[in-house]
Amino acid sequence: MDAQAGIGTSNEARGRDRIAPPAMIRMGQHSRRLNPDRGRTRFTLIQPGQKRKKVFNMPEHTCQCGANGSQNRGQNARQLDRRSFLRKSAVLASGIAALAASLAPLRELTDFGSVDEFLKKHYKELTREQMEKALERIRSEVERQYGIRPHLRDLKPMDGVEFVYCLNLTRCVGCRKCVHACVAENNQSRSPEIQYIRVLKMPNGTFDMEKGDHNYAPESVPEKGFFYMPVQCHQCKNPPCVKVCPVDATWQEADGITVIDYDWCIGCRYCEAACPYWARRFNFTQPSIPKDKLNPEMAYLGNRPRHKGVMEKCHFCIQRTRVGRYPACLEVCPTGARKFGNILDPNSEVSYILKNKRVFVLKEEVGTLPRFLYYSDV
Amino acid sequence: MNQAVKNDLVFIYRCGRIAFEGDWRYYLWMGSLTAICLLGLNAYAKQLVHGLIVTDMSDQVSWGVYIANFTFLVGVAAAAVMLVIPVYIYKNEELHDLVIFGELLAVAAIVMCLGFVTVDLGRPDRFWHLIPGIGKFNFPSSMLSWDVIVLNGYLLLNLHICGYLIYCRYRDKKPARWFYIPFVFIAILWAISIHTVTAFLYVGLGGRPFWNSAIVGPRFIASAFTAGPALIILALQIIRRVTDYRITDRALLTLRAIVQVSMLINVFLLLNELFKEFYTGNLHVAAAKYLYLGLHGHYALLPWIWTAIALNLTATVLLVLPASRSLRWLNLACALAIVGIWIEKGMGLVVPGFVPSPLGEIVEYSPTLNETLICLGIWAFGLLCYTIFLRMAVPVLQGKLSKANESESSCANPAVPLPAPVEAQS
Repeated sequence: MDAQAGIGTSNEARGRDRIAPPAMIRMGQHSRRLNPDRGRTRFTLIQPGQKRKKVFNMPEHTCQCGANGSQNRGQNARQLDRRSFLRKSAVLASGIAALAASLAPLRELTDFGSVDEFLKKHYKELTREQMEKALERIRSEVERQYGIRPHLRDLKPMDGVEFVYCLNLTRCVGCRKCVHACVAENNQSRSPEIQYIRVLKMPNGTFDMEKGDHNYAPESVPEKGFFYMPVQCHQCKNPPCVKVCPVDATWQEADGITVIDYDWCIGCRYCEAACPYWARRFNFTQPSIPKDKLNPEMAYLGNRPRHKGVMEKCHFCIQRTRVGRYPACLEVCPTGARKFGNILDPNSEVSYILKNKRVFVLKEEVGTLPRFLYYSDV
Repeated sequence: MNQAVKNDLVFIYRCGRIAFEGDWRYYLWMGSLTAICLLGLNAYAKQLVHGLIVTDMSDQVSWGVYIANFTFLVGVAAAAVMLVIPVYIYKNEELHDLVIFGELLAVAAIVMCLGFVTVDLGRPDRFWHLIPGIGKFNFPSSMLSWDVIVLNGYLLLNLHICGYLIYCRYRDKKPARWFYIPFVFIAILWAISIHTVTAFLYVGLGGRPFWNSAIVGPRFIASAFTAGPALIILALQIIRRVTDYRITDRALLTLRAIVQVSMLINVFLLLNELFKEFYTGNLHVAAAKYLYLGLHGHYALLPWIWTAIALNLTATVLLVLPASRSLRWLNLACALAIVGIWIEKGMGLVVPGFVPSPLGEIVEYSPTLNETLICLGIWAFGLLCYTIFLRMAVPVLQGKLSKANESESSCANPAVPLPAPVEAQS
């Protein structure tokens, strides 16, 4: 290896491939104007072998500096000084003006988070007092924005409970009541509307979801020759979204629900790319909910209002299920296609279904071990 | 100690000072780049106010042209190593001095990468959550956390190597081998790792069959080692033109050999992928079908990918033919390859991963004006950085800006190049 550590070495010594006439002498220009005392003629040696090409001449210096000041300069130089000072100021001023103009849209930035919110720690690192403070801050924020004081709690998982959801494909008629009940319950943005549940209208005889229709809108459902398959967060036991999150803003709780800390999410949308069930939704803009539509029964990891730029998704209605109620989608279902319960309880409905029904796991091959299962009666 | 600090400050001051000196073309170039940066900044300010809704991204296609550019630029950054390997492993003297230009390009590329990731965040104010120690870092589970580490590590490595060598050259002292050679070898491995980790970002997603393929990593590397050196070939010729820094044709032709081989490997790997997707013909072919042929009446990516294929094939043919031993043809081939790979690795890789969605829905994506302006702004900023780096590095490497002439103040120093060209004759 070259001990000269050649990166830094001069390249003057290296010849070119093509041969040019032997050394020529080029006369440079004097740096006369500003450096009269240095006004010697400079010679540039054209190396043998160097291609005749455009060579850049010495610059005529425009900048002023006092280091080499000489008496010859006098009045002339002082004028130049002033001119260059004025010019520099003009350049600087127009630069600042352009910068300010380009940042002008920021004046409309109204949805600032508070300093407390900015500095807040991760959910799992909050002490009891800090959590109390955070809850209080959110309560007053909601009150200020919606004119209603929410019943906001930080609900913890119950001991000995692991939730499982079973959906009866034989019974689902595709009425989408669950979709809208979910939006109302979980304070999703109405404009643009965010929905956690997507119902696919599938032609009988296939499970190829590319053949499914997401935007069906007939007079009445069900339609002959089709079955309906609602898809929402599968609360996987091996969740790809949790694995990929760079900041641990989403994790699996002891009762099997994968939750999001909306105050910690940085909005990179990696989880959205990772989810095989397209269960995650991003707030592309500030969510808007009419004041009279706000559900004041809230949980910290559940349906409290979100800000723009963060992820959200189905959380099995944490604000209901952790206090012993059913999810909103289940309660509204007119056909009883939805079953929910504790899989650790051998006498629960879901335990019965798993033991006795034909259960189908959507995309079982991706190995996510969902807690949301499909079954059929026949 | 005080003297050392003072020396360093003088060095930094003089480097900073020289970045503002040049002829009218230099000012025009820098001025235009600054203007584009400001346009981008303006577009980003709008995005901050309204949210990512000003882009065409959706819940279905949740990454777009930001991440596409990011992916491409990681490749460019990684490819700087293709100058380093010949010099330090195969002791190719021709490229010796040019390594620094390659590494400076890597630094500029990483700066752009960080820019593209930042504008893609929904909550950029929470970036500190990503800082190990202060935030909460999901390491080693998340590939994105790996990416944060390898990208920033690579940035530091390159800054150290170039910074140290340029500083030594300025002081006219011999660089201490132990203080940079180990880092050079670490940087070689690290360069491979940044692009591999970026590929794993996609490869690790089991729910996205288009990305979930082992060949993505090797393809990333092959295309990076095509586009990166191709960019360096063009950059070196520009440096040669606007300064009197001498760069030999032989150095450029060495790089041509690298581009040539990588491009052939790249095309070969592409054929492998196409065969696997289309010959098997299972349901997972849908994304590839959407990309190359269109799916259920949706054709948004067709113009992109077929342009890329045409450019890449033309570039391959040119590179293989002896014609590209002449710089004119080589430049054309490089330009075609860069654009082709930018499309293929950007839009052609990111978007079809999302189409159709995991639930079989087809939502198309094409960048909005605001999004495009932000991208242009970041590119302009990267070029601005690279120009400034070169503006500082070239005079130092030529010995025109050195400790020896410190006493002559920076503007009295006549050896600052970059003014109007004058014929070398007479």
